[in-house]
Amino acid sequence: MGLKTNGYRLDKTLETYAEAEGLREEVYGRHPMDDLLRTERLPHIWCSGCGLGTALTCFLSALRKSGLDLDKVVVVSGIGCAGRVAGYVRLDSFHTTHGRAIPFATGLKLGNPELKVVVFSGDGDLVTIGGNHFIHAARRNMDMTIICVNNFNYGMTGGQVGATTPIGAITTTSPYGNYEYPFNISALAAASGAVYVARWTVLHARRLERSILEALLKPGFTFIEVISPCPTGFGRHNRQREGLDALRYYREHGVIRHGADLRETDIQLGGPLVEGKFVDVSKPTFLEQYHQRLDRLQEK
Amino acid sequence: MKAKDGLLCGEFFMLGDIACAEGAICAGCRFFAGYPITPATEIAQRMSERLPLVGGMYIQMEDEMASMNAILGASWAGVKAMTATSGPGFSLMMENLGLGIMTETPCVLVNVQRGGPSTGLPTLVGQGDMMQARWGSHGDYSIIALSPSSPQELFDLTIHAFNLSEIYRLPVLVMTDAEVGHMTEKVVIPPVEEIELVERRKPTVPPEAYHPYHVEPGEWVPPMAIAGEGYRIHITGLTHDERGYPATADDSAQWPLVQRLVDKVEKNRDRIIRLEMDRMDDAEVAVVSYGIAARIAAWPIQMAREEGIRVGLLRLITVWPFPDEQVRDLAGRVQGIVVPEINMGQIVREVERCAAGQAEVISVPHPGGGIHNPLTVLNAIRRAAGRKTEG
Repeated sequence: MGLKTNGYRLDKTLETYAEAEGLREEVYGRHPMDDLLRTERLPHIWCSGCGLGTALTCFLSALRKSGLDLDKVVVVSGIGCAGRVAGYVRLDSFHTTHGRAIPFATGLKLGNPELKVVVFSGDGDLVTIGGNHFIHAARRNMDMTIICVNNFNYGMTGGQVGATTPIGAITTTSPYGNYEYPFNISALAAASGAVYVARWTVLHARRLERSILEALLKPGFTFIEVISPCPTGFGRHNRQREGLDALRYYREHGVIRHGADLRETDIQLGGPLVEGKFVDVSKPTFLEQYHQRLDRLQEK
Repeated sequence: MKAKDGLLCGEFFMLGDIACAEGAICAGCRFFAGYPITPATEIAQRMSERLPLVGGMYIQMEDEMASMNAILGASWAGVKAMTATSGPGFSLMMENLGLGIMTETPCVLVNVQRGGPSTGLPTLVGQGDMMQARWGSHGDYSIIALSPSSPQELFDLTIHAFNLSEIYRLPVLVMTDAEVGHMTEKVVIPPVEEIELVERRKPTVPPEAYHPYHVEPGEWVPPMAIAGEGYRIHITGLTHDERGYPATADDSAQWPLVQRLVDKVEKNRDRIIRLEMDRMDDAEVAVVSYGIAARIAAWPIQMAREEGIRVGLLRLITVWPFPDEQVRDLAGRVQGIVVPEINMGQIVREVERCAAGQAEVISVPHPGGGIHNPLTVLNAIRRAAGRKTEG
C-alpha cells in the first residue's frame, strides 16, 4: 500500500477510492475540498506557514454550505499571493490585473446579475493599488462578496511595506520601521458603505467560515478581512518567524468584539487584534436601486 | 423615427459622438462603462439615456482603469460591451487593454482624440494617440484600430468594430477625434435586420473537453465560453497554456500564445484591412491619410488636380494593422507620397517603412488644436510632384 498522505489521515473509504482510481503511491491523499479545487494545479505556490490555505478552505466550506449553484459562482482575483486563489478553485474564475479585480467583478455582475461574484484577493491588491475601486464598489453597494486576506505586506514581491503595514513594522522597503499610518480596512469598508463587515484571523477558522457564509448569502457589498500570517514576507522581520508564531500571537492578542466601535479596531504591532462581525445592516443594492428607477420610468 | 425594440432607424442630423453610441446599440452593445471626458462625454451621456431603454446597463465608473476592466468583465458575462474616452483616459486604459488582449476578450474602446500630451487641449482635435493605439500597452501583440472621417462612418465603424472584436476576440479601437466626434451631419441608420452582425462563437464541446485557448489547426481564434455556463473556466493575464492555466516557468507557452495573438490579426490582414482610394488610377502623387485629416485633404487634392498634378487619396479606414502591401505597391507607382496627420508625424513612419525609398515621403504634421491649413497640404502635394510651392 504505502499511500503518501502528506499529513492527512485517510479513512478506509478514501483509501479504497484512491486505490480503485489506480492512484496508489502517486496519490498524496484526497482532500475533502478536492472537487472544488483544480487539483491538477496543486501543489499551490504558498509558503509553509501561510494563512491563505486556511482562508481558502474556510471560503470553500462556506460555499458548500451556502447552497449556491456553483455554476453561477465566479471568483475574481487581482495580483499577489491571494490573487492566486482564482487559479485553484474549480469555478469560473478570473485572475485580473493588479488592483482591478473589483471593477472586473462589477462588469461580470452587471453583465449577468444571476452570477454570485466573489472577489478573493490581498490587502495590497484590494486596498492599496485598488483602493479607489474598493471604496466605490462599497459606496455603490455593488452586489459582491469581498474576501481580503490581510498579511500587512506585499508578500509575493518579497515583503514590501504597504498601506496596511503597522507603524514600526520592518519590511524590505521599510528597513528602519514603517513610518506611514496604515489603513484600517474594515473601518474603511464600513465608512464606504459596506453592508456587512467582519474581521477574523485565520486562527478563528470556524468563525471566519461562518462569516463568509453570512456574507455570501447577504445581498450587497459584503466584506471579510482575514488576518493572515506571512512568515516569509512579514513575520520573520516582526517576531513571527514561523506561521505558528503568528497563530500564537493571534491567540494571545485576539479580542472578539462584535459590533465594535470601528475607531477602536486599528491594528498596531503588539496591540490587541479586535475581530468579530462589525457591520451587518441592510439597504438596497446597486441593482435594486437601478431597477427601482427603471420601474418608475416604465410606469410613466 | 423609431424602429422595433427601441432601436433608431432612418435619417438623422446627428452628432458624431451620438452616432457612435447609436452604432454600438445597433451592434448589440448592452453594457457601457465609462468616465466623463471631453470630447467623448456625449457618448457616455447618450448611452446612459439609451441603454436602459433597450435592456442594457450603463455604469459610470470611478476612473478609466475601472471602466476598461468593467467592460472586460461584462464581456465575460456574455454581453457586448464598450467604453469611450479621450487621450488622458486612453492612457489609463492601456493597462487593461493589455488584459483584454491577453485574455482575448471581445469589446470596443472608442478614443475621441484631442490635443496632447497630458491634459493638452481638451476641446480641440488631435490624432496624437495613433502610435499609442498600436503600442500603448506593454508587451507584444497586434491590434485592430479603425479611423472614421465622418459621423456616418463613426456609426458604421462602431458596428464594424464590434463585429471584428467578436471574430478575432480582442478589444477593437475606434480612433476617432474631436472634429468627427463633435461634428453634426447626416447619419443614416438602416433597419437593424439590414445590419450585418457577428455573434460570438461558443464552444460545441462539453465542459470536461473544453480548453479555453485551444485552437484547431488552421484556426487562430478559440471559441469562447462565458462565466455561469458550467464550463468552470479559468482566465488569467499571466502567460497561459491551452487550459488557461498559468505557464510562467519558461517560454514554452509564451511562444505559441504570443505568436497566435499576433498571427490572428496579421494573418487575417486581407480580411481586416479596409481602405478607400480616390483618383489613384493615374496618380503620380498620393496623399495617404486617415480620419479628419484625410477629409481635409479633399480640397488640396482638387486644387492640385486643377493645376494639372495627378494626385489621388489613399484613405486608411483600418490604420492597424497597417496596410503594408498596399502602401508598398503604391510607393512603386507614384513619385511622392504626402502624409497629413494631426500629430507630429506618426503614421508617416509606417508609410516610409513600406515605401522603403521607392517614393519620396513628405510628412505634413500638425500638433493638434486645429486642422491643417489646406494650402500647407497643397504645397506638400506640389513639392511631391516636383512643382514650385506657393503661399
